[in-house]
Amino acid sequence: MNSKKWDKVATGVLYFIAGIMILILAFLLIYILVNGLPHVSWHFLTSSAKSFQSGGGIGVQLFNSFYLLFLAMLISVPLSIGAGIYLSEYARKNWLTSLIRSSIDILSSLPSIVVGLFGFLVFSIQAGLGFSILSGALALTVFNLPLLTRNVEESLNTISESQREAGLALGLSKWETVLRVVIPEALPGIVTGMILGAGRVFGEAAALIYTAGQSAPPLDFANWNPFYIASPLNPLRPAETLAVHIWKINSEGIMPDASQVSAGASAVLIIAVLLFNFGARYISARVYRRMTGGQ
Amino acid sequence: MVEQTNKIISSNDVHLFYGRNEALKGITMDFNESEITALIGPSGCGKSTFLRTLNRMNDLIPNVTITGTVKLHQQNIYAPDTDTVALRKEIGMVFQQPNPFPFSIYENVVYGLRLAGIRDRRQLDEAVETSLQQAAIWDEVKDKLHESALSLSGGQQQRVCIARVLAVKPDVILLDEPTSALDPISSGQIENMLLELKDQYTIILVTHNMQQASRISDKTAFFLQGHLIEYADTKTIFLNPQQKETEDYITGRFG
Ligand SMILES: Nc1ncnc2c1ncn2[C@@H]1O[C@H](COP(=O)(O)OP(=O)(O)OP(=O)(O)O)[C@@H](O)[C@H]1O
Ligand SMILES: [Mg+2]
Repeated sequence: MNSKKWDKVATGVLYFIAGIMILILAFLLIYILVNGLPHVSWHFLTSSAKSFQSGGGIGVQLFNSFYLLFLAMLISVPLSIGAGIYLSEYARKNWLTSLIRSSIDILSSLPSIVVGLFGFLVFSIQAGLGFSILSGALALTVFNLPLLTRNVEESLNTISESQREAGLALGLSKWETVLRVVIPEALPGIVTGMILGAGRVFGEAAALIYTAGQSAPPLDFANWNPFYIASPLNPLRPAETLAVHIWKINSEGIMPDASQVSAGASAVLIIAVLLFNFGARYISARVYRRMTGGQ
Repeated sequence: MVEQTNKIISSNDVHLFYGRNEALKGITMDFNESEITALIGPSGCGKSTFLRTLNRMNDLIPNVTITGTVKLHQQNIYAPDTDTVALRKEIGMVFQQPNPFPFSIYENVVYGLRLAGIRDRRQLDEAVETSLQQAAIWDEVKDKLHESALSLSGGQQQRVCIARVLAVKPDVILLDEPTSALDPISSGQIENMLLELKDQYTIILVTHNMQQASRISDKTAFFLQGHLIEYADTKTIFLNPQQKETEDYITGRFG
């Protein structure tokens, strides 16, 4: 009887805590969306920002966010997959690899503003990249790489040893076993981690303020030559992203409709991050079904 | 003379250490072609360890030291220039827990072939049908080849794993307690299948099931604490064992 009662109490407490979490989350989401969505229009999403008048949009920032995300993922996905495979499949257990693991864990808990300042010193100043998309993408890589690497490593670790033995016993080499047995099986987890990482990068501001910069010069969407200064693809131009834009408007925005622009931009940002999260679930379920053969 | 050509694997004074713990203490035995050999003995006596020295699966465990020789077709598989990948294509292995890949049944069976570079659809289809038929599971799965192998029962999964091994056409098949996770009916199906396969393959089987060993094997080897105590025709081992330990073990189990 007694243990039954305690069971009920404990369950109740857990439900209560979970309920509070959900309420906070729901409140935040509703607040941001209710305040922001009325200001979101096609015009808002596609026109460029205005510094002194009202009616500015977030088109350039939105593009910058996606482009920066793309470049950052282009660098960090292959690196993290390589490092994760090494740690999970090849690294021997010794002081060196445990040092590597601890370093990765420490790196992943660095505050992003520190990563941003590091990026500023190293990429913007030392490497001479200035405030540019490239500096920003490299800073985001530093920010993202440790988490992605651990995600890949952990996804691979969940694959049971018996699967590796099956591959090796079948006459696959170690590398073939990793590539054709272990990775395909771990793919849903890896993909989920990548997409969630993308969401995190997409909403990141602090790491970008001093690397990708806080200005969004107008872009010439008719010229896609990456060497042309106003080209959207030019990786050496400064590029304020959506998250940085929100931070900047709130700290020093002087346009008359600053709060509306900020609310609208926040709503767009939240929706994008939510899409990444739901996308992660959907895509990983699809990948899993693909791998395991139909149904 | 006849004996000589018949021998497919012979191990000579094989010692194996896990770190400093000696798990195999000098195993010398030959395996004949087209026979089923059963390895029996109490838990921890080194049956699995010995089985895994035959296709060098122990190489994968850190800190393992192996001495002595194991010859397949007169070639020492522990010679420095041995290609273990090629070796494992000649000596297939089935494990205690069914371990199909979480892909479709079809993909499971053709996995080794695809990696060997075979693309021809007709050839793959043929291999799937033959292997699944040999593994006595074709009729049960022929209408759902493209469903996940994980949707099958344990016994069916184990037979798919056997088909996966058969598809790469090994000379020898090692099985480590392949039926211990299965119900009696599935076990019986697998035993019958092994009897069917024996003409074309050399089969080495670890089992805790005395009835199984006596029913299907031609020769039986009794292991105890890393030693090979007795190795003879299955009939002799079960009806007329020469060693006291063998007799104790067998009667203990039966009695
Ligand atoms: N990976 C390993 N590392 C260290 N020691 C091991 C390892 N595998 C087995 N051993 C040891 O080697 C000895 C033989 O083990 P093995 O697994 O070969 O026994 P077995 O006869 O197959 O037993 P069972 O019938 O329980 O499967 C045991 O003492 C075991 O503790
Ligand atoms: Mg064993």
